[in-house]
Parts: sequence; C-alpha cells; structure tokens
Amino acid sequence: MAAMIEVRNVSKSFGGVQANKEVSMEVEEGKITGLIGPNGSGKTTLFNSVVGYHPIDGGSIKFEGREISDLKVPQIARLGMLRTFQQTRIYGNMNCVKNMLISVPHRSMGLLDMFGNYSAADIEKAERLLEFVGLYAKRKLNAGDLSFGQQKLLEFAMALMNDPKVLLLDEPTAGINPTLINGLIDRLKRANEEFGITLFVIEHNMRVIMNLAEHIYCLAHGQMLADGSPEQIKIDQRVVDAYLGAH
Amino acid sequence: MTSSRNTWILHVAILTAGVLAPFLFPGYTTQIALLWMMILFALTWDIVGGQMGYNSLGNIFFFGAGMYISATVQVGMFTDVGAYTSARGGEQLVLGYGDYFISMFAGMGLAAVGCVILAIIIGLVVFGLRGPYFAIGTLGIALSARELFSTWEWVGGGSGIAMPVYPGLPDEKSLVNYTILFVLAIATFIFVRWLYSTRFGLAINAIRDDEEKAEAMGLHTMRHKVVAWSVSAFFLGMSGAVFGNMTGFVEPMEVAFPTITFGIFMVVMSLLGGKGTLWGPVIGATVFHVIKEVTWTYMLGWQWVALGVLIVVNVVFFQQGILGWVQEKWPEKFGIVVEDMSAEGEEEAA
Repeated sequence: MAAMIEVRNVSKSFGGVQANKEVSMEVEEGKITGLIGPNGSGKTTLFNSVVGYHPIDGGSIKFEGREISDLKVPQIARLGMLRTFQQTRIYGNMNCVKNMLISVPHRSMGLLDMFGNYSAADIEKAERLLEFVGLYAKRKLNAGDLSFGQQKLLEFAMALMNDPKVLLLDEPTAGINPTLINGLIDRLKRANEEFGITLFVIEHNMRVIMNLAEHIYCLAHGQMLADGSPEQIKIDQRVVDAYLGAH
Repeated sequence: MTSSRNTWILHVAILTAGVLAPFLFPGYTTQIALLWMMILFALTWDIVGGQMGYNSLGNIFFFGAGMYISATVQVGMFTDVGAYTSARGGEQLVLGYGDYFISMFAGMGLAAVGCVILAIIIGLVVFGLRGPYFAIGTLGIALSARELFSTWEWVGGGSGIAMPVYPGLPDEKSLVNYTILFVLAIATFIFVRWLYSTRFGLAINAIRDDEEKAEAMGLHTMRHKVVAWSVSAFFLGMSGAVFGNMTGFVEPMEVAFPTITFGIFMVVMSLLGGKGTLWGPVIGATVFHVIKEVTWTYMLGWQWVALGVLIVVNVVFFQQGILGWVQEKWPEKFGIVVEDMSAEGEEEAA
C-alpha cells in the first residue's frame, strides 16, 4: 500500500513552545489511521501543519508524492485533503441543504462557474448524504439551530459532499452523547469502505479509536512516542505511562 | 414576497410609481432621483457588507472615482483637460444634444469599467484584512482619495471641474437624470437578485458565516470577494458619473467623496432595512431618505441630531433592521423553517 500522506521530520514551535519535534508518520491509502496522545501533546498542531494552516519550521509533508508544505489551505483542500474542526464549524445562518451545496468540490471550478446554478444531481447528492448521517428530516433548518452533535454530523456530511481523497477528523466524537457515538463510528467506517475515503482521526476516546483505526500513532510532548496496531498500542508501556503522567 | 403573484404586483407597483413620480410631483424630481440613488447605494453596499460580512466604510471611493473618470472623459473628448481646469471655470463647455449624450454615456461606461479595475487592484490588497481592520482600511482609501484629488492639479485640485452644460432647460435636465438613476437602480436590483440566486450568493454567504471554514473546504475565497466588490464598484461608478452631471460641478470634498454623508448613509440604510437581505436595503434607503428629507425641511438645525438618534436606536435596539425583524417575527412567510420535518414526514407516510 502506498503512503497517501507522508510526514518526515516535521518541527513546529510557537515562540518558546516546541509543539512538534521531528515528527515522522505515514497515512496509508484506503486505511483508517488514528492519532492519540495526552492533552497538549501536539496532535492538532500536526493536523494544522498537514493541511497548510500554518508554515512548518522544518521537515517535509507529501500528499500523494507531492510536496505540500508550501501550499495554502484552500489549495490543499482542492487537491482532495479535507479537515474537520475540533470546535465544529458550519455555516450557521444557512439551512442544511445550502451548507451541503456550498461544499461541492471546488477542484475544477473555473471563473464563470461561480455564476452557475446547482444541478439536480448536486441537490440529490446533498439530500442523500444528509440521509446518510440522519439529518434528512432537519434539512430545511438553519444549521445554527441544530444541536452540537447534529452540527458535527452535518460537518461530516459536508466533508463527504466535497469528495475528498483523505479526510482529517479532529476529535469527531467529542461532545457527542454516547448513543450517537456508535452510529458515528459506523458511519465513519462506511465512509471508508463504501466511498473509499482514507481517514486520519485524532481521538481522545480510547474505545472509539481502538474500534476504528487500523494503525495508531501516539504523540507525547510533541514527539512521536509509539505506533502500531491497536492491540500493540494498548499494551505499550510507554503509551500507558504517557497517559498516566509518568512521562 | 409571500407568493409569486404578490411579488409580481409589488414589482409592477414600484415600476409604475417610478415612472409616474416625476410627473405627479414635478417639484420633487431631484429628491426622488436621489432616492433611487440611495437605493442603489444601499443595494451595492449590502453585497459586500451584508451578504459577505465585510463592512466597508470606503465604498464611496468608487462613487467619486467614477465621477472623476466620467468628468475627465466628458471634458477630454472636446478640449484639453489640464488647460480647461486651470482656467478655473473661465471656459464653459457648451455642447449640442448629440455630443452631450454621447460623451455622457461614454463617461458612464468608462467610469464603470475603470471602477471595476480599481476594485480588483485595491481588493486584492484590502481583502487580506478582516473585521474592523477591513472597515478602517477601506475608510482610509476613501479619505486618502479625497486628499489626493484635492492636490491633483490636472483635475482641478480643490477647485474641481465644471461639467459640460446641459443643452436644454433645467426641468428637462432633472427629468433626464431622474430617468437614468431610476433605470440604474432597477438594473442594480435585478442584477443582485440574479447574483444571489446563483452559486455566487451562497458562496459569499459562506464567507460571511465562517470564512476559515470556506477556505478549509477549498472555496476560492479571494476570487469571490474581489468579484463581489467589483459588482458594487461597477454600479457605484456609474451612479457617480450621473451625480456629477446632476450637480454640474465635481470637487473632491463634498461632491465626489462625501465620506461622512453618503459614505456613512449607505451603511446606515442597509442596517436600517436589514442587512444581508434582498429587500432590506431598498426598504432602509426609502425610510431613511424620507426621514432625512422631512427632518431637513421641518427640523432644520436639528436634522443631524435626528439622524444620529435614528442610527443609535437602530444599532443599539434594532440590529436586525426592519426586514430582519419581520423575518424573525414571521419566518414561515419567508420560507425559513424553524421546526424539523419529521412530523411532516409522518403525515406523508400516512
């Protein structure tokens, strides 16, 4: 299997704080890769570096073999790498269908396309994906009026609407009630299997990530501590120590 | 607004009123012409300020730039601009009907094109600014344009340019200017209504709601922002060209770049009517203009106080504006759904 995202020796510091130190990792095509680590270990910083949110201090980030560490967020998004946000971001003053429609892929949009209209196929796809995440009945509601959990589902559906090759999810289950979590895990797996989207997931909920990911990386203090299958990570003494504060 | 038939009646009523107004109230032709210009101001401000969430305080720049472009074109077609302006109005440009109208429409057209080019160049710079920085940055552009034109001798500096004299009678001139502003305002309305119905409308709404998210989804945000501003500039430039001909005299401080009057009015009118809506700016401009004219007539000396009170009440107690308030009160009349449709779905199933 080819590595879809290849991170080599990436460092990033904010003032005196070294958030990522010489981090290397790979996300394999078609797989679900997890990223765990205690609070402040640099997971979100690594995500932000990968999607081009801020320049990195050193190292290299490749997407499908192409160096992307010097590209900006929208350019990387148009290549097919999309991220969702930890704090959930949707367009609050528009209804759900409009939120979906504006998320169509912008990869091949020309200058005049912006004055076009949405095709019936776009609208049908939007409604099908809203059905997929269980928000069809709420499709005409303003997105800002949805509950936090529903907004997370909407954000996920918007990401699917964009036909990404790889989706970076920052804590997809944070703040969602436990009964909804199982449904979300199921949908993430289906997105991976049915739509063939590679997933790269930050998660704090160990039960979720152990269920979901095929390969897990663990960060601590900005450095890559360990990686392996969920079973290996579970019994890795370094990981256990990091979470219990021995590190 | 509630149904297509009502919308149709409303449109016909407004058009009829617009056509008949100068004949029914011949004494008020100029005031009503200015009302159409105010509607154009509010509509063009709302594209960037309301629908896209970038509060510009410098849109008046395009009004003045368009005015100066058309003035130099209209004068330059018949005589040397530098020599004409240095004569300080000692030389009058008297034209026949044909020359007058050809040069006027050439001036309007080039004003529109010139302002679009300016909007693209300036937009690429100022749209890197966000929130209050954008507001102050655009205000700076309008204010510095005032100063620049005051010192630019070729266009007459602070003493300005006298426009070509209208070949006919004054009443006829006001009717001509009325017609052009009326048509321009209607054209602006039709254009933005179409614009908001395309992908473009949704994209600028997305930029307003969460620009960072829109970028993360791969939207060409800069492209949309610059185009939105160019549309404003296109119509504002033309309105500036007409206004220059209406006053017959172009100078930088009070006529071309009236930052604290027209420049602020366009913001206030959009806020008053309800920003981010199609009809809000139209309603806001109408209410504002009527209040302004009434206070100027009956409360002279207190007119600025009255306008100030209106702005304070609007911003402090009534932020959603007239149409925004109506939409909140009766959302279902505007097709806004506030409850989910699971109940409706069950009915369909049964």
